[in-house]
Amino acid sequence: MSRKLSTGPEHVIRFESVGLRYGQRPEVLEDITFALKPGSFHFLTGASGAGKSSLLRLMYLGQRPTRGLVTLFGQDVATVPRDKLPALRRRVGVVFQDFHLLDHMSAMDNVALPLRVSGVSEAEIKKHVPELLSWVGLADHLNAKPPVLSGGQKQRVAIARAVIARPDLLLADEPTGNVDDSLATRLIYLFEELNKLGTTVVIATHNEGLLRNFPHSRLHLERGRLIDPPPLKGA
Amino acid sequence: MALISRRSDLPTQRDASSRFVPLLVALMVFLAVLALSGLMILHGLTARWERDIRGTLTVQIPIVASGPEAEARSHAKVEAILNVLAETPGILQAQPLPRDRIVALLEPWLGSADLIGELPLPRLIDVTSDPFVTIDVKTLAAKLEAVQPGTTVEDHRVWLGRLLRLSRSVEALSMLVLALVGITTSATVIFATRTGMAIHHQVIEVLHLIGAQDDYIARQFARRTFYMGLKGGIAGLGLGIGALAGLGYMARSLEGGILPEVWLGLGHWAALALLPLAAAWIATLTARLAVHRALARMT
Repeated sequence: MSRKLSTGPEHVIRFESVGLRYGQRPEVLEDITFALKPGSFHFLTGASGAGKSSLLRLMYLGQRPTRGLVTLFGQDVATVPRDKLPALRRRVGVVFQDFHLLDHMSAMDNVALPLRVSGVSEAEIKKHVPELLSWVGLADHLNAKPPVLSGGQKQRVAIARAVIARPDLLLADEPTGNVDDSLATRLIYLFEELNKLGTTVVIATHNEGLLRNFPHSRLHLERGRLIDPPPLKGA
Repeated sequence: MALISRRSDLPTQRDASSRFVPLLVALMVFLAVLALSGLMILHGLTARWERDIRGTLTVQIPIVASGPEAEARSHAKVEAILNVLAETPGILQAQPLPRDRIVALLEPWLGSADLIGELPLPRLIDVTSDPFVTIDVKTLAAKLEAVQPGTTVEDHRVWLGRLLRLSRSVEALSMLVLALVGITTSATVIFATRTGMAIHHQVIEVLHLIGAQDDYIARQFARRTFYMGLKGGIAGLGLGIGALAGLGYMARSLEGGILPEVWLGLGHWAALALLPLAAAWIATLTARLAVHRALARMT
């Protein structure tokens, strides 16, 4: 798939000929090249095992590429000093596929975590976190810990944590996988609201219904390579 | 102080290290209390011995037989020796020790004063010299030998030298023990911190990925280690003070005169009281560095 590239900092994220392998195994991502503009909205699609989660890991700096160039907010992540990486990561909100919630903390504390690591005051945290949790339908579960929450509730806590700090880039790995269609639609609306405020959004999903209802740009992976997205079934 | 005020994101309260780190720090601080108090007592003793002995000489005139005639002869010889001493530059005072004082000195070692009184005893002259003037002890001894054959001059240097060497060796040993205590505490904390990091790997990864600085995570381990170290340190100090009190009681119950009267001063107690804080500080610093090193290896 050929994509026009620019070298300027006008891209939120840019991949150029990026490859990724784990250990000595074959590459799970090959020659990935793309660039996302600020305020754009994308779905990341592809079959299971196509490399969606690996691509997201590279995007949220959870992994270094084996080869190629990755720039985030105009900075080559390979040359950014280690002590500057947290500041870059704080500009990225991530909804992990398995949520990555901290079981010993309440929903409120889980969502507050990105604010706390950024040094936001407790007064601000107490004001904004319950508001957001109410918005995702968890007003009655502020003090509940993840082990007592259902899959859908955990997912909403994870989403709230990813968006609470108004990230410049939001990455979500199957964020609607455990919720019903109605809530899935509401969550995409939330992502769209953030997108309207300038956040670049990338959502990895299998949900063709969402793809049909929200006709945003698609990045499609097949066997570790970005290809032109195939037409949607029934479209 | 950030170390005290911040809440923890890591569920470390139930880690195994919660039990063994305070226990080991308690043991280490206990050893440190003994080593440091031993070092301070010995240092005080050495300084006192050195101070007491510097500027003093002892002149010993050979054993004389008892009896009025012998006593008169002996008195004349002492007078002659005193005259030589009075003419020697740097000697401030020369005072013959009365016979009953010599008997009293020997009494703890030889028993009844009556029995000692019957023994032929040498005459001793206690000489005080100017500490800023060097007296040639060999020349003086030769002069006194000429007046009374067999007279000796003891400046205690050989004895003091040996004592100082012994004392310095024991002091070095105590410092080695203190250093080993510090190293062992650090090694334990490194092990406990690494174990804690392995147990809470997922939490650390989440914190890392949402943009926590390494120091944010390191501070959380350091804060917990500080409290564990302080808790163990205070317990170790308590045990150490108990042991010192026991040793002091046993020393006092011995027959007087055999052990010198030396005990810890206020400054010494203050130094001992700082040991738990020092242990907690070493533990905290070690934990913080260990976390930083481990995190530096993360992506």
